[in-house]
Amino acid sequence: MLGLFAVVAFLVVWTAMSFVATEPATVSFIKGHSPGAPVHLVAQTDGAVGTGAHPTWVSYQVETPQSRKWVHTTLWQLPANTRIDVTIYQFDSGSPLRNQQWGRVTGTIGNSATITGTTFQVVNSYQHTVGHTFTVPTLGINVPLRGVDTSKKGFCTSGPCNPKTQLHHTVTFSFKTPKLPGNYRFQCFIPCGAGHYAGNGGPMQTLGYMGGFLEVQA
Amino acid sequence: MSDRAGAPGRPAGAHPLQDIRRIFAIWIALSIVGDLIFWFVAGPHVPPGDMTSSASGAQFDFNVLFMVALPVILGVWTYMGYAVLMWRASRPGVPDPVGGPRARSNLKVQLWWIVLTTITVLGMFIFGTVELIVPAGAGGAEGPNPIWTPTSKTILPVQVIAQQWKFTYRYPTFGGMETNTLVIPDNTTIAFHVTSLDVIHSFWAYQLGVKIDANPGVDDIGYTTTNQLGRFSVRCNELCGIWHGAMWDFGKVVTKSQFMRWGEATERAHADNTKYLPPFAWTYVPTANTTTGVTVANTSGQAPFSKVQKYGATTSAKKTLKNVVTATSTITTGGSTG
Amino acid sequence: MTLDVAPPSQVGSAGGVRPPGGAAMRRPSWLGQHMGTGIVLAVGGYALGHYLGNVIASGYTYVGTAAENDVAIVLALVLAVVGWLLGVGALNYPLAKLAGREPAARPDADHWTKYFRFSVEHKTVGLQYLIAVLVFLFTGGLLAMSIRTELLSPTNHIIGPGTYISIVGEHGTIMMMMASSLVVGPLGNWLVPLMIGARRMAFPRVEAFSFWLFSAGYFVILTALPLGGFPTGWTGYAPLQTQADVGMDSYLVGFSVIGLGMILAGFNLLVTIINYRAPGMTWGRLPVFVWSILATSALLTLATPTLAVACVFGILDRTVGTSFYVAAHGGSSYLWENLFWFFGHPEVYIMALPGFGIVGEMLPVFTRKPLFAYRVAAAGMIGVALLSFFVWQHHLFQSGINPDMRPLFMLTTELISIPTGFIYLVGLGTLYKAKIRFEVPMLFALAMYFNFLIGGVTGVFLSDVPVDVTVHGSFFVLAHFHYTIMGGLVFAFFGGVYYWTPKITGKSLNKTLAKAHFWAMFVFFNLTFFPMFLIGLLGQPRRVFEYAQGLQTLNDFSSVSAFCLGASFIIFVVNFVWSIFIAPQEAPANPWGSLGLEWQTATPVPRHNFDRIPVVMADPYHYSEPDPPPVADLAPTSFAEMAAAGADGGGASRGGDR
Repeated sequence: MLGLFAVVAFLVVWTAMSFVATEPATVSFIKGHSPGAPVHLVAQTDGAVGTGAHPTWVSYQVETPQSRKWVHTTLWQLPANTRIDVTIYQFDSGSPLRNQQWGRVTGTIGNSATITGTTFQVVNSYQHTVGHTFTVPTLGINVPLRGVDTSKKGFCTSGPCNPKTQLHHTVTFSFKTPKLPGNYRFQCFIPCGAGHYAGNGGPMQTLGYMGGFLEVQA
Repeated sequence: MSDRAGAPGRPAGAHPLQDIRRIFAIWIALSIVGDLIFWFVAGPHVPPGDMTSSASGAQFDFNVLFMVALPVILGVWTYMGYAVLMWRASRPGVPDPVGGPRARSNLKVQLWWIVLTTITVLGMFIFGTVELIVPAGAGGAEGPNPIWTPTSKTILPVQVIAQQWKFTYRYPTFGGMETNTLVIPDNTTIAFHVTSLDVIHSFWAYQLGVKIDANPGVDDIGYTTTNQLGRFSVRCNELCGIWHGAMWDFGKVVTKSQFMRWGEATERAHADNTKYLPPFAWTYVPTANTTTGVTVANTSGQAPFSKVQKYGATTSAKKTLKNVVTATSTITTGGSTG
Repeated sequence: MTLDVAPPSQVGSAGGVRPPGGAAMRRPSWLGQHMGTGIVLAVGGYALGHYLGNVIASGYTYVGTAAENDVAIVLALVLAVVGWLLGVGALNYPLAKLAGREPAARPDADHWTKYFRFSVEHKTVGLQYLIAVLVFLFTGGLLAMSIRTELLSPTNHIIGPGTYISIVGEHGTIMMMMASSLVVGPLGNWLVPLMIGARRMAFPRVEAFSFWLFSAGYFVILTALPLGGFPTGWTGYAPLQTQADVGMDSYLVGFSVIGLGMILAGFNLLVTIINYRAPGMTWGRLPVFVWSILATSALLTLATPTLAVACVFGILDRTVGTSFYVAAHGGSSYLWENLFWFFGHPEVYIMALPGFGIVGEMLPVFTRKPLFAYRVAAAGMIGVALLSFFVWQHHLFQSGINPDMRPLFMLTTELISIPTGFIYLVGLGTLYKAKIRFEVPMLFALAMYFNFLIGGVTGVFLSDVPVDVTVHGSFFVLAHFHYTIMGGLVFAFFGGVYYWTPKITGKSLNKTLAKAHFWAMFVFFNLTFFPMFLIGLLGQPRRVFEYAQGLQTLNDFSSVSAFCLGASFIIFVVNFVWSIFIAPQEAPANPWGSLGLEWQTATPVPRHNFDRIPVVMADPYHYSEPDPPPVADLAPTSFAEMAAAGADGGGASRGGDR
């Protein structure tokens, strides 16, 4: 019985540890960053991430600041009280928003963003579908990322996608990280967890795909 | 039997109920002191405070229940403490217990126990019911057709839309605008209409003493009356998935004139997006179970929102409800994209 | 009326008619069917089910888009359970009967490997249950440790929010499954036949079957973690349940499997207590522990089917796209809430009543007094059981359902504190002018009264709708039910373990270690959970991974206490292993001087319990009487003697098998 308990306890700990170990990696934008200078953050949103345990799920990927490699994670370490210039390559198709409230750009510098060079403040998601949103509720940041037209050539079916050759929208905006260090969650407000009730299962509820943290550090 | 004088270890002539008398005396003293300290020292600080009628109601009810509960707890503890100290085998001179019928039951004690607990319970029930009905539901959820409504003539309806994982707020009195933060006026009765776009959430405005579940497709109504300025926190109180713990924000109670200014300014500022919102309705029915998630389209070409009622108009609660219901519509389903 | 007083040549096994002397002993080795073969077939079943599910459902639209196949996972889990049951031999008898063959029924070899086999002997099953519930308890406890670790900081996260929610759900589900069987499983199965003077349970195969379902449920619910966990907590609210990933299937299949086991276990105990009482064991002489098991069994039998049905609905919603819990096609998100709590509230009393029974059994022994107001105790338990079916909507006070019915459910909820109060009357009356011996079981019994009082009184706050507006769904609720279930049931259970271990194992547990365990557990239990009342009142909802900065001190205090509480169980494990296996010390036959029938048998208890079916002559609470009547005649010889002893036998005639 003691042996049984030991075996079971080992299995439990082992399962828990292997489970915890699947948490996504963290990409740091602090290492090698000179204080005060703006951080340039490049990310992409894919219709199918192409790697990991769920290669067909939608996901964010982020470019590491030094080696310029795409990493499949949503844990981004950012310096506090710093301007972040964000470029997101949006490769996914879109749908109307569940709540059109998230069609409005908020919380960025100038309360606006640009799409392929054009400044915008609101996206009517019934007219132009939205692929994903970049939303940090605690900081009031929300940027809708318009969906691409799947009927056009060059639609990316598996990530990481190539912004040089494949169909996408380039959305840029800037925001300032808060002075207070902490973990600020970001998520997507498009029900893009296809096949799940209300579109909010799967990638929407898994760290590393459509939800993550801005780990703001002093 | 052995209660009588002459039992070993007991002074001759001691009253048979000497122990009970002692316990009773200690209990009364502890209860009075405990209750007084609680009522005057802790009572005024008991959450959720007194920002609204329902908050102060909840505080008052908690305090009253505590005043009843404390003596109950102290009674059992005093008795057991006494028993542990006085009737333990390791204490020298403790008499042997006596078995037999008298130790097995005592009809009088049993009856008194049942009668007293029943009276306490029924008293608490009557108190709770009165405190629920008189303040119009005490800030709790009353479903889509409330039967206990406030008497106030002007009631501000505010719609709380829960979705995974953020509350947004729509104001029918400001052109159906939608905001990310909740702002409400002072000295006003508010009707919170809580609904959800996906799973079950719960709208808990902590300092307001309001808690209303958000069910998909249901207009769940609760009332409160503000009577203090200040900030309050809003948290989701029903497990709704990964970001349940992060589904919180802060709201504000401001003066009526500040509220009007804020409302009008925000209405103007948000007009660019408000025109794309679905028409104001008490519930929204996005297509739920499609393979591609939600697909919503507004192809009607009608005015997407309607001015329902100007804030400050004089109507009763039920009438408010009726007037706004005429604007009900649902989001229709449309074509799908990935 | 015929009384079976013949020597028990053929009892204890469910083999039915069996040629005398023709029973071959099982070989005491790892050959044959046991847990090992169960695991092999379970893994095989899982693989087969997964394969079949992929064949059947890979073409489903939702499977294609979600890239997750619920059909495969559900079939895999169900077939794994079937494989497990086949592997351990739980289905041998019915399958042989189906095939028209007379099953070979052989008694278990009296070898320690019998604990890993399908045994139909109630004492073996009881011990199997004991180890299993402890494994459940410690697994759930480890998960609780990780919850408290995450809550050390309000914003810095040691585990991710998705993992955290999975662990919370896993902790809750495992603990609820454990607590429903914590006493009924081990002590109920082991003690009830001995206490009522029977040689076995009414349905020994059903009894064993319920255990193997219970153990299967453990592995099924554990599969949720590698499958990605489930986000709903133990309450499994739909439509979040409908939305969740495949880990949810483990919850639904696991709860169905455990639920089936609970129904069978409850039904079996119910029938046993009603029909298998020895002659003379009238309702008025039934030990109070048996009364509590009777009430609990009735709840298990009547309430659990609702859960099983609700889980099947959930499985159908997730696999074949029915719409029980989704509004889109006529379903309702309220349906799960109602079905779940219609089971869930009786479940709460399934987890409270056995604790009352245990303390009721121990108090007279350690006070040397009869149980005060015995009839009130029995009435209180039956009253709680009945009322518990009429209160479930108090979980839905803030859901907006039936708002004008809230006063009614406030009333029924508060009424239930009257029969619960009876248990306190019994306790206080028994302590009156007693001579208390502070043995370890008594300490646990007194602690149970202390803790459950706090849990019970805070329950009244929750039943009061205006106060519930603030405390509903907060840490206040969490503290409340941990005070009732852990403070009540788990404390009573450990009291029971210390009390009956000398009987069950024939060995004494070390007293010093036992006292250390008690004091550590009692102190740190209160230090862990009492601050949670404040945390809840100050506005922290349940199951959050982020909380207000100002609540960090209280949360940290609670976490550190929780770690110490967790460590206190190590003392128990060390004591148990040391005193039973490493340095065993023979226990006296009746170390506490109890009059209970179970203590009158030989130690270790013979396989058939009683050489002759005893004739019960009095209830077991005649302490401190100058001339106490004997509790039972263990060697009745004639009808005349029985008649003289006053055995009425009317409703309690058959004690063994005929």
